[in-house]
Amino acid sequence: MTPFHTVTGIAVPFGAANVDTDVIIPSRFLKTVTRSGLGASAFDVIRSDPGNIFDTPRNSGAPILIAGDNFGCGSSREHAPWALADMGFRVVIAPSFADIFSGNAYKNGLVLVELPQEQIDRLMSVAADADITVDLENQVVTTEYQDRFAFAVDPFRKAALLSGQDEIGLTLTMAPAIERYETRIADERPWLAGAAARRF
Amino acid sequence: MTNPRTLYTKIWDDHVVEQRDDGTALMWIDRHLIHEVTTPQAFEGLRLAGRTLHRPDLTLAVPDHNVPTDHRFEPIADPQSALQVETLTANCAEFGVEMIELNAAAQGIVHVIGPEQGFTLPGTTLVCGDSHTATHGALGSLAFGIGTTEVEHVFATQTLLLKQSSSMEVRVTGSLGYSISAKDVALAIVGALGTAGGTGSVIEYTGDVIAALSIEGRMTVCNMAIEAGARAGLVAPDAKAFEYLRGRPRSPAGAEWDAAVAYWRTLPSDAGATYDRVVTIDGSAIAPLVTWGTSPEDVVAITGVVPSPDSFADASKRLAAAKSLDYMGLAPGTRLEDVVVENIFIGSCTNSRIEDLRAAAAVARGRHVASGIRQALVVPGSGLVKLQAEAEGLDRIFIEAGFDWRAPGCSMCLGMNPDKVPAGERCASTSNRNFVGRQGPGSRTHLLSPAMAVAAAVTGRLTDVRELMA
Repeated sequence: MTPFHTVTGIAVPFGAANVDTDVIIPSRFLKTVTRSGLGASAFDVIRSDPGNIFDTPRNSGAPILIAGDNFGCGSSREHAPWALADMGFRVVIAPSFADIFSGNAYKNGLVLVELPQEQIDRLMSVAADADITVDLENQVVTTEYQDRFAFAVDPFRKAALLSGQDEIGLTLTMAPAIERYETRIADERPWLAGAAARRF
Repeated sequence: MTNPRTLYTKIWDDHVVEQRDDGTALMWIDRHLIHEVTTPQAFEGLRLAGRTLHRPDLTLAVPDHNVPTDHRFEPIADPQSALQVETLTANCAEFGVEMIELNAAAQGIVHVIGPEQGFTLPGTTLVCGDSHTATHGALGSLAFGIGTTEVEHVFATQTLLLKQSSSMEVRVTGSLGYSISAKDVALAIVGALGTAGGTGSVIEYTGDVIAALSIEGRMTVCNMAIEAGARAGLVAPDAKAFEYLRGRPRSPAGAEWDAAVAYWRTLPSDAGATYDRVVTIDGSAIAPLVTWGTSPEDVVAITGVVPSPDSFADASKRLAAAKSLDYMGLAPGTRLEDVVVENIFIGSCTNSRIEDLRAAAAVARGRHVASGIRQALVVPGSGLVKLQAEAEGLDRIFIEAGFDWRAPGCSMCLGMNPDKVPAGERCASTSNRNFVGRQGPGSRTHLLSPAMAVAAAVTGRLTDVRELMA
């Protein structure tokens, strides 16, 4: 995972609320066996319109997306953050995000910034002609018009995003605790092991 | 004396491997269900890092999402779908994972086969790379959908780093009226909470209506927990759950069964346990429901009309409703019973179990699909459901009524296999999502119960099943 510190660039003022994962990447494009290459199919329905907001010369390849409430609702497909990342996005700014999407985004180095709707509205208007800066270290969104919006971020996720660390590697450092737990439940709840095999 | 705890907290506490200072906990995962769509990149990740799959004995695989539901003994025509199923088969062989093969009798939708096989058990943590994993909560399993990176994490460690969710009790009181099913309860809950109402929460469903539902019905309710934004849905395991599980292929046996039941009896929430939020719904007031828009929260009684966007207080809701109605090709004020449909889909992890097929067949018996219906699919949730239905003669009822009786899979729920709704056409569907393009590009979905889907099939328009059956 690429470490994330500060990103400055064009923000796409998309703004729509309740953008579900079928909008981000329709299920018919999930038939891949690799993580890359989904950007071309992202927001397929919206982008079938030639004048769409994502493919203007200014917005194409922009690193920041501004959206409305409950972004990423629906399915657990990690193809959604893969597709956004493949389009070039490194940050999504919205008033709120759906749970599973939020976990998936962070695991792929996609930074989610939650800001109140009035600050979103301000950024939507600024984004038309100015760059936006997202500084994860200092947890602040700034613009060249002196806007300065602080945002909250889970400390664990922040550390992982800043370092780009692999969560599996981190968990494997806790292998002795895992082994102790396994030994204990093999004794306390013995019916749980060997579940995949038929017994009847 | 320990504090009274909820079912959710009890399961949580019993699965903490290590509590960390940053508020996260390393949680043990008892059960991992996998399918062809959200795993290839996870296996690839293991392989690239030179890691092994830690507990293959707790992992069960089945292809379901993109498999065709007809011509099953021929090769899969779509090369990308075929590649995903082949990749799953090869990965399971390489990493020692038990896989239920495409043409095995036990194959089916991952959320149907987990309970059916006795792989899903009360008091377990269960994950799957699919948001409808909450289905398994009907048996008192803390079950939730995860992304592919988390699938890889569970492969490598059999754990996940998680933060405890807030708790919500959804109490459904009273008793259900004639022809009102678990699907109507599920839609009523999503309608009441909204698609973000449960965000950050694990819901426990309680109350007389939930207690009276069968395990299959509880699965339908838990299945749609994600449609209210919740991480998981749970029902306390009771005697019905134990009876459901007894003697299933992968259920515990002998002395282990007795020990398991003794443990399961300790799981229901203690008297005096509190939830962060409580929502009460009057079950006696639930009518047969259908959706009118492109969000599962857009529910309305079949006796009602399509709402006007102006009727919503919130500006973004007004905008969303106007866009929904444009996509759905509906005008405000239209009676739902006047909405003509061309496609019928009975199936999906929400409504494809034997009880659903029995409810559908009871309406289909002696009736016929209307002439304007282009496709009417009945897709059992598993091969075992299909065999059971055939043993009961339900397949004959459906076929004689003009329905197409298919092989198990996710089918027309999600438009990633050959079963799709053509652009601009409507589908009365027992699935769980009515998103834009969900059943195929341009498809228009109306979510409803199996009995209501058959009622729509025989009249060719959305129909109150209570009147049809009167």
